Amino acid sequence: MVKAIESTGIAVVHICTIVPISQTVGANRIVPAVAIPYPLGDPSKSREEEKVIRRGILEKALEALKTPIREQTVFN
Amino acid sequence: MYPENPGVDMYRKGIYIVETSDSARGIKDAVPAMAKLIMKSLRGELLGSPADEGYIERGVRVNRFNDRIGAARAVDMLVKKLKGEEFRTEYPMPVFDRVPPAEPIKDMKNAVIALVTSGGIVPKGNPDHIEASSASKYGTYSIAGVQSADEVAYATAHGGYDPTYANTDPNRVLPIDVLREMEKEGEFKKLYDYFFTTVGNGTPVANAKKFGSEIGARLKKDGVDAVILTST
Repeated sequence: MVKAIESTGIAVVHICTIVPISQTVGANRIVPAVAIPYPLGDPSKSREEEKVIRRGILEKALEALKTPIREQTVFN
Repeated sequence: MYPENPGVDMYRKGIYIVETSDSARGIKDAVPAMAKLIMKSLRGELLGSPADEGYIERGVRVNRFNDRIGAARAVDMLVKKLKGEEFRTEYPMPVFDRVPPAEPIKDMKNAVIALVTSGGIVPKGNPDHIEASSASKYGTYSIAGVQSADEVAYATAHGGYDPTYANTDPNRVLPIDVLREMEKEGEFKKLYDYFFTTVGNGTPVANAKKFGSEIGARLKKDGVDAVILTST
């Protein structure tokens, strides 16, 4: 889906847990997520701490969308 | 049939299709190949693998024992690969195409961002019945005025991961709450009024491509500048 949307010219960032899968399939901008059942969260933390984690990942996502790239890039 | 003949995809599971060339010039090879298969069938003989018998893979899995365990065969294959020697994969990997990276956002403060997910977050009750696996559709839902993907209004329909955490707090997969905070703080101009969701569990690639194309076309029409796509 990431590639199909990007084909229309819209920048897409893929927040996903298993980065190698995203790379193989061909996403260009990738941000690693926390875990499969909670990509933008962490049930072992408090709700407030989770929001901080979520914010961190989303900030990285916006950074990825602003960054010019020539090839597939993982934004750690 | 020639492998690219649309009839192959339509009928491969139900019948044996002999692989041929793409024109009648190949008929002198096609007919004996077909005759061989037919004679075997008429004699009631069991047909072997596609490679051995000359028919197109039907996508049917047949269990059989190998004389060596998988680990040993895998290590052998790896050693050959490392040495640069020829090896034959037991399972051909699909080839994925590449899309050139889209231009980055130059003015994030004025950008409209849309949220898409393959994590299956849907309005509670899954009104459009998006399947837990092999999704045949995606949903488009309004989030105008919605400040958080709370557990009262949303849940996950995805059958491929433990849903407990996503159901307790769907923002863990569809991060509306924090995106709204970032929107209020002016990090970007606006969170698009709709989110798109499907279940990325055993989703046929062709379907995923179709969903992405349709979603992309709509977002382009509505002037969306970028997409955040979350996956589990």
